[in-house]
Amino acid sequence: MSEESGLIYRISGPVVTAVGISPRMYEVVRVGDEGLMGEVIELHGDQSVIQVYEETSGIKPGEPVVRTGQTLSVKLGPGLLTQIYDGIQRPLESLEETMGVFITRGVDADGLDLTKKWEFNATASAGDEVSGGSVIGFVQETETVEHKIMIPPGHSGKIASIESGEFDITTSVCTLEDGTEIAMMQEWPVRTPRPFKQKNAPDVPLITGQRILDFLFPLAKGGTAGIPGPFGAGKTVTQQQLARWSDAQIVVYIGCGERGNEMTEVLTEFPHLTDPNTGKPLMNRTTMIANTSNMPVAAREASVYTGITIAEYFRDMGYDVALMADSTSRWAEAMREISSRLEEMPGEEGYPAYLSSRLAEFYERAGRVQTLGGDDGSVSVIGAVSPPGGDISEPVSQGTLRIVKVFWGLDAGLARQRHFPAINWLSSYSLYPQALDQWYRDNIASDFPEVRTKISSLLQVEAELQEIVQLVGSDALPMDQQLTLEVARMIREFFLQQNAFHDVDTFSQLGLQYEMAKAILAFQEESEKAMAGGAGLEDVVNVPARTDLMRGRFEEGYAERIGELLGEMSKQIAETMEDN
Amino acid sequence: MSGKEYRTITDVKGPLVFLEKTEPVAYNEIVQLRLSDGTMKNGQVLDTSDDKVIVQVFEGTESVDRQTGVKFLGDVFRLPVSKGLIGRILDGAGKPRDGGPEIVAEDMADIIGAAINPYSRESPEQFIQTGISAIDACTSLVRGQKLPIFSASGLPHNDIALQIARQARLVGSDDDFVVVFCAMGITAEEYNFFVQDLERTGALENAALFVNLADDPAVERLITPRLALTAAEYLAFEHDYHVLVIYTDMTNYCESLRQIGAAREEVPGRRGYPGYMYTDLAMMYERAGMVKGKKGSITQFPILTMPGDDITHPIPDLSGYITEGQIVISRELHQKGIYPPINVLPSLSRLMNAGIGEGKTREDHKSVSDQLYAAYAGGRELRGLVAIVGEDALNERDLQLLKFADIFEDQFLRQSRDEDRSIDEGTLDLAWNLLTNIDTKYLVRLDQKWIDKYHPTEKNS
Ligand SMILES: Nc1ncnc2c1ncn2[C@@H]1O[C@H](COP(=O)(O)OP(=O)(O)OP(=O)(O)O)[C@@H](O)[C@H]1O
Ligand SMILES: [Mg+2]
Repeated sequence: MSEESGLIYRISGPVVTAVGISPRMYEVVRVGDEGLMGEVIELHGDQSVIQVYEETSGIKPGEPVVRTGQTLSVKLGPGLLTQIYDGIQRPLESLEETMGVFITRGVDADGLDLTKKWEFNATASAGDEVSGGSVIGFVQETETVEHKIMIPPGHSGKIASIESGEFDITTSVCTLEDGTEIAMMQEWPVRTPRPFKQKNAPDVPLITGQRILDFLFPLAKGGTAGIPGPFGAGKTVTQQQLARWSDAQIVVYIGCGERGNEMTEVLTEFPHLTDPNTGKPLMNRTTMIANTSNMPVAAREASVYTGITIAEYFRDMGYDVALMADSTSRWAEAMREISSRLEEMPGEEGYPAYLSSRLAEFYERAGRVQTLGGDDGSVSVIGAVSPPGGDISEPVSQGTLRIVKVFWGLDAGLARQRHFPAINWLSSYSLYPQALDQWYRDNIASDFPEVRTKISSLLQVEAELQEIVQLVGSDALPMDQQLTLEVARMIREFFLQQNAFHDVDTFSQLGLQYEMAKAILAFQEESEKAMAGGAGLEDVVNVPARTDLMRGRFEEGYAERIGELLGEMSKQIAETMEDN
Repeated sequence: MSGKEYRTITDVKGPLVFLEKTEPVAYNEIVQLRLSDGTMKNGQVLDTSDDKVIVQVFEGTESVDRQTGVKFLGDVFRLPVSKGLIGRILDGAGKPRDGGPEIVAEDMADIIGAAINPYSRESPEQFIQTGISAIDACTSLVRGQKLPIFSASGLPHNDIALQIARQARLVGSDDDFVVVFCAMGITAEEYNFFVQDLERTGALENAALFVNLADDPAVERLITPRLALTAAEYLAFEHDYHVLVIYTDMTNYCESLRQIGAAREEVPGRRGYPGYMYTDLAMMYERAGMVKGKKGSITQFPILTMPGDDITHPIPDLSGYITEGQIVISRELHQKGIYPPINVLPSLSRLMNAGIGEGKTREDHKSVSDQLYAAYAGGRELRGLVAIVGEDALNERDLQLLKFADIFEDQFLRQSRDEDRSIDEGTLDLAWNLLTNIDTKYLVRLDQKWIDKYHPTEKNS
């Protein structure tokens, strides 16, 4: 028996132990007579422990295990967009062609179509000095995305020749003087972060069109956010809203151990939705990874790395990439299951001791960077967390919250009241506003941060008043405090609530968000005046124009009409004074 | 098939048998055990290596000894499938229990099943009318959905499941559902209740039953639902049936899973249940849906009883994380004498949006449903406040909501066990009538255009 191949010694679920083979850590091996794909995750005496990416039923000890010499890698190049992959970058469409509607095993599929020809447009010329990350040309991959072709990290030199034209992605389009051939496709090991020149502080918001997110708890481009919440609270809907409406140029959506139908939904819907920023189908900028809950757990473990590597690759082209992982808890559970099969010493709640470092390493791959090619690019990472029983004192939530800078805490109580997004405005936070405020002042309104502060302090005051109301009822409060409660209710019902399934309300431009917030503050101010002038609380609250102003958000063209609606409301409030 | 019988058992622990062997045994391979008195038992390989094999024995290890003969059958567990399953009653291991002949197999299907390629799924979006207002209005069910009933002991979840099985239909279509019923560890009394009801309505002829009762082997429960789902898949995707799978009680299934985990000395997850329980449950719940190019569908109604009425218990919790919503049965409503005691507030149908609205149910459905929720939730919350401060402290709006909560429970939720309400006149119009108890200015979830069109007293006519 050679070093290159050995025999299966033991099979326990997705974990297979082999003997008679000396692979490297994280090397890909072929397992059993069917050549199932696996990855070496532990070396132990003469045993090599392998996690297998496909179902292991029916495999026997004594079947062969063969080295490939490769570590788990993804293929990067034109063709990534609009694709849906499993956790190890097999296109689900190709799997359907070879296996039918059920995923069986033992079938390989290249992550990219190696035969398809793309129009390569060279932007560099012979004689140019290039190095890893230098852009040498591009392919118009989809209507909206120019796929930049880069020198793979680790290569440099002077271009000897470069040629525009139609090529498949493995054919050389450029030759360096030392003879290195550069094709449009490169490969990269998923567990290794792709290099960049330096990390920069995020100072531009990722605008999502979701009012509570953009206005109160913003995420920066290149930032990290965690969305923990019990089942049915809105993690997936929030993630999908970000995938739909955020102003990223590229979206990588990872369905990690979740429902098949949710991926189907994205797949069927995105081609028909238009990106509000480009007016083109959203699918054009999207890559999906779907390793659903019933697909092999080892591939689920890998899916997160596959996704983030693809995200980094687009970042390296100078794009702002947003990556959603739904749910990181399922990824952590995959680690736990494999770790327990390895009989490793368990940490808290059975998770491996390295859980928090794996989480940290993953979120560390987010960031705004100066790319090797000198551009500005970013990867924003938004991870859903599914804590058992909704209790975030558990290891995955805690490990996540220690790292991420934005916490969107979903609340079962709000979801039950159908207050969506069910993000708790008291417990959630973002550490970015300070870094972003200058951007808001320059691009939206000079008093944007102040308006935000007023809105959030009204919500704080409401929470305090509510405690009193719980004891004595609201009628016992002084008039000005009763007004505060009405204003806060308006913030909640008119501003924070946003229906993801409503054609219009689903997305709010940041400028409109600001106008809406100002309208609430105007209501407060004018009502105070009117009430000082003798009007009753009921009078100001019930002016018909306020209802019109609030209902108006469900209609097209609201941004154009809000000023007029606000004027009418102010007028009617002022009239309540005269009536008295 | 390796015919060799081994007598190399070294350890027996709970439902597990450990043995040394000479030839390679496959992971998940099916095993036959022959006891010294000739009794046969069945099992499955959980772990296999050159030195040691671990077998889980479905019927339990009672009377197994070191002399017990163990034979590996060279294949994974398969169910003989055919259209002839319809109208049959099988036991928890797939053998006839109705005295009828063996199933004549059209195919032998691996019971673990393969994952449906997410790319090959079709989005479920056809509304199923159950005739139960609480479900149809507030947690609408669609074909291909998995929607569990979260109940607790002593509550009428079986009546609800049966009522759904009897009444469920697509509006404007007469394709019927075939029911696949799977019992896991329920009592003979509960089982008889199901069978008699199915018999009474003639539904039994259109059903396939897989039955593991409370006094049947506990470990067998780990395969019973997989048999049922394998049958369901075959009927749906090979023979175009719309299959409604009802399985009860998932809690017993999970207990068996915990038992195996404990016997293997695995590191337990929350409350002693295995860390892989999420994945294990998902491998069953995800076998619901519709797929491209196939006419049939699988809709699942798992029933589970929440230990201690606790929705955060791992069994409902992990289920809720996988299923597409849940219907929650409330002890409080049951004690008030309301049937069906469905608490719509924690209940949810995630596929509802795709299945309702114009051309599917009615254009105002979403709006009405949102408004019912908001008003009922508001009213219920006020009940707590009134208990402390009395009704005097409430303003007009609150008083109306408070009253609405009672009316909603009494007239909307409450219906009889054989009352089959249509979605439009039966359910949505009823909702509008009840909403007249609240001033329209407080009905902020209703679009004005629906008020103009449907409000019994405010509509433009
Ligand atoms: N912004 C929103 N607008 C309207 N409805 C929403 C919104 N967010 C959530 N919902 C409702 O809540 C339901 C559950 O949301 P979602 O599927 O995102 O939950 P989840 O947190 O991902 O749950 P799980 O952990 O089980 O996957 C949705 O089906 C929808 O009905
Ligand atoms: Mg989700």
